[in-house]
Amino acid sequence: MVVGLEVHTELLTASKMFCSCANAFGAEPNTQVCPVCLGLPGSLPVLNARAVELAVAIGTALHSRVGASTFHRKNYFYPDMPKDFQISQYDRPINEGGYLDLSDGSRVGIVRAHLEEDTGKSTHLGGTGRMHDAERSLVDYNRAGVPLVEIVSEPDMRSPEQARLYVAELRAILIATGASDGRMEEGSLRVDANVSVRLPGAPLGTRCEIKNLNSLRSLQRAVAYEAERQIELILAGGQVRQETRHWDEGSGETSTMRVKEEAEDYRYFREPDLTDLVPDPAMIARIRDGLGPMPAQRRAALASLARGAVVPGDVLDAVVGAGLDGFVEAAVARDVEATVALSRAANELAGLDGPGQVRPDAFAEVLAREAAGTLSATQAKAVLAELVRGGGEVAEIVERRGFAPMNADDLSGTVSQAVAEHPDEWARYRAGEDKLAQFFVGVVMKATRGRANGQQVLAELESRR
Amino acid sequence: MSELTRDDVAKVARLARLHLTEEELDRFTGQLAQVLDHANDLRALDLTGVAPTAHPVDLGTVVRADEVRPGLVRDAFLSAAPQPEDGRFAVPRILGEEP
Amino acid sequence: MNALEIAARVRSGERSAVSVTEEALTAIAARNGELNVFVHVEGESALERAAAVDAAVAAGRDPGILAGVPVGLKDNLCQTGVPTTCGSRILSGWRPPYTATAVERLLAAGAVPVGKTNMDEFAMGSSTETSAYGPTRNPLNPTRVPGGSSGGSAAAVAAGMVPVALGSDTGGSIRQPAALCGLVGIKPTYGLVSRYGLVAFASSLDQIGPLARSVADAAASLEAIAGHDPRDSTSLPGPAPALIAHLDQGVAGRRIGIVRELVEGADPEVVAAVAGAAEVLAAAGATLSEVSIPELRLGLSAYYLIAPAEASSNLARYDGVRFGLRVAGSDITEMYVATRTAGFGAEVKRRIMLGTYALSAGYYDAYYGQALKVRTVMIEAFERAYASADLLLGATAPSEAFALGAKVSDPMAMYLSDVFTIPTNLSGHAAISVPFGSGASGLPLGVQLLGPARSEERLVAAAAVVEAGRGVPGA
Ligand SMILES: [Zn+2]
Repeated sequence: MVVGLEVHTELLTASKMFCSCANAFGAEPNTQVCPVCLGLPGSLPVLNARAVELAVAIGTALHSRVGASTFHRKNYFYPDMPKDFQISQYDRPINEGGYLDLSDGSRVGIVRAHLEEDTGKSTHLGGTGRMHDAERSLVDYNRAGVPLVEIVSEPDMRSPEQARLYVAELRAILIATGASDGRMEEGSLRVDANVSVRLPGAPLGTRCEIKNLNSLRSLQRAVAYEAERQIELILAGGQVRQETRHWDEGSGETSTMRVKEEAEDYRYFREPDLTDLVPDPAMIARIRDGLGPMPAQRRAALASLARGAVVPGDVLDAVVGAGLDGFVEAAVARDVEATVALSRAANELAGLDGPGQVRPDAFAEVLAREAAGTLSATQAKAVLAELVRGGGEVAEIVERRGFAPMNADDLSGTVSQAVAEHPDEWARYRAGEDKLAQFFVGVVMKATRGRANGQQVLAELESRR
Repeated sequence: MSELTRDDVAKVARLARLHLTEEELDRFTGQLAQVLDHANDLRALDLTGVAPTAHPVDLGTVVRADEVRPGLVRDAFLSAAPQPEDGRFAVPRILGEEP
Repeated sequence: MNALEIAARVRSGERSAVSVTEEALTAIAARNGELNVFVHVEGESALERAAAVDAAVAAGRDPGILAGVPVGLKDNLCQTGVPTTCGSRILSGWRPPYTATAVERLLAAGAVPVGKTNMDEFAMGSSTETSAYGPTRNPLNPTRVPGGSSGGSAAAVAAGMVPVALGSDTGGSIRQPAALCGLVGIKPTYGLVSRYGLVAFASSLDQIGPLARSVADAAASLEAIAGHDPRDSTSLPGPAPALIAHLDQGVAGRRIGIVRELVEGADPEVVAAVAGAAEVLAAAGATLSEVSIPELRLGLSAYYLIAPAEASSNLARYDGVRFGLRVAGSDITEMYVATRTAGFGAEVKRRIMLGTYALSAGYYDAYYGQALKVRTVMIEAFERAYASADLLLGATAPSEAFALGAKVSDPMAMYLSDVFTIPTNLSGHAAISVPFGSGASGLPLGVQLLGPARSEERLVAAAAVVEAGRGVPGA
């Protein structure tokens, strides 16, 4: 199987590509529009400098040649497209060539990563809510003109897993460069897959393009399904038609959207309302120097902190994806085990809301206390959760929540009380029934409402045995 | 003579979302062929190596700062739209797919 | 009265802007029915604006160099809330929610827009006969066309309704009607005037410019609207040129080339007018010589591929979804086709199809691509000519105003009336048409002065010399 991917990513700019309307998700319909992005007669586009910088950052991270480029009009009629043409880049994209290394050690070539504008969005009414049997559609142009970079890969992938790894790695890079928030479910990262099959060594087969891949899981499943479909078709004596197919996550199948009977005639020509885009070499250098290490290097650096201990790949992905490298490093500097620091960062900080208010030094302090035994695992998580929500000082939170270790006299007194209340169990424990130690820990914990340190209770029990 | 045919004109009309009557198709084929014939003096020129000029001025890169400014109030354009509905532009059902 | 005289009197308090505006509205009412000049008259808001100008004067503030001057706006220039149809049914009833930069600048200079002038549909034509709102007649002889596509703007000035009007020039659409109506018309250097708010015909060729009865009025109007605009990426950097200050600079020592290709094939009266203007310029101290730029002969063919190609894309947005006309259809494509078929006239359809064809797969290189290369060749030829000449001289149009209906059914004949003006649009250079001489029927003729990019100061100085030497102004 041969897979090539086209990834569209919305850029994290404040304003749209060619006008000053807000680039934001979720506003009331048609409230973030102006004459330019509505395509009103007489309006003219002016290019967003930040969109150019982010495109350069993406190209640099993908090892592309970044250089002089031009904008073209791609002409076709579609209600989501206010001007009935899309401003895109054609024969001279801003980024050409390049590659992306996957975590399985393979390398995928990049054809190009060019700038273009997004379209509006239609809602289909009547019928079943799908487009074709809808009675009418309602168009919202808030998204029209949002800046996009389209990243086109070479057909270098050979398995659904590689396709998934490619998008995962690309997504991490887009997030690391600050170009994208990488949210596939919101549509800010969109993937189309071109899939074909052939016998080993044979020329490329006819490809099908699959759309509507809204998650890494969908991508992997859809590519696997599509390759299987094509193989069965060929084995049954059929021929693959070049077409666009729609992935249905529910049924787990692809189906025909549109057959390419005659090649589309987009009548590309130079956009006369825009000048050439020749990125300033100083700007390119500044962006290159400011990029910092890419996710693959950062994962390797974090893994090396574990000194040979195995760290699951998804933990590294989560930490790097959320930009928590510094948290882990701060904790390791306080002699916390790297594996613990990584899993705490991945599980407690890399969730939907990110690290919130917590600072790396506070994170390290909590983990250091946990390592020293003065905080239990449960307490450490509780303190981290509070830090994420509202920040603050670790010592203050520990004190307020009553997580400070009990002094030796209080602990001793509580243990004595527990022994006195449960004479039978104590006798059995002393007779060698070790598992009852946990019973007494539980009793003490209950009495102290979790403030006692389990290790210290065990030590006290042992000393009285 | 230009090789423009009636079928070419019909195809171009489809691309341009125009309907032509049979009579218009004949007339336009003749008129467009006349203009294209006039353009044959260009086609005859050997301009190998000449760079195309898509635009009369070369201003270099022109960009604006990434700043948000207020756009239009929805009422200013939607109320006069052919079919406003629920804050959006209603259109009849879409048969073709987005390319 | 000329624009600068009106402005001087309004600024001094000698006349009220309101009375000037009332006069203009009266003049429009008197002849608009006969001539079909204005497709929309903006009486109430014009009087309000004039009152504001008078209030500024009374308060001791300077309302600007065009204080109280009534102006006509070609109906492809957007002004908030004012109908803008481009002479097309497809935009009937459309009121833009924003104002063109050039119009904003006119308003800032104290001018009073009184309405929108008729034009060939989407500026595609040379006679103002392709308008969906009927043809405009030449005020100097109502059986003749006023030229086009800015024929309404030209007729408004020629009929004395307004002293100045704005037009747009894609292939000669300011200069040719100026010539046919006995006016001064300027096609500025591409990018000198912002195109923001000018409904596009062919984006790489379109420029806004003034039509006026005198070189001084045209120069003052251009000075008011020119200068960099960040809303147009193709806007030239820098402020507006100081045109008024250069009006009386003369042509002493200027080298002016009479271009054979910008005269050949013209009526004998036109040839004589160009020769007469050359004599006037020579008498004023310019050095005249004959030059030949054979590449200009390629202009018409290149133009009629490039302009329709850009137009085919610019006019795609008239699809019935967001504004203007919609004709119902059972699905989106039927709606598109029904709307565009009913909304566009024959000339617009012809050019959309021509442009679509020139850009389509298999023909791009032979037609559009080749035309772009010809454009390069023409620009280089112009630049060679400007190496040995400061300005060039030729005819504006091959003949005086022709009769209504004479060419409207023969597209190629109509296209040929722009043969002398088109090269400047392709090169992006500047040109001005000045009245000089008269044709066989006694109607005015125009001569054209051409200059390199940003040569407007030189051009208006030379045009003022021609204007002063033409004898009795107007017809
Ligand atoms: Zn906008």
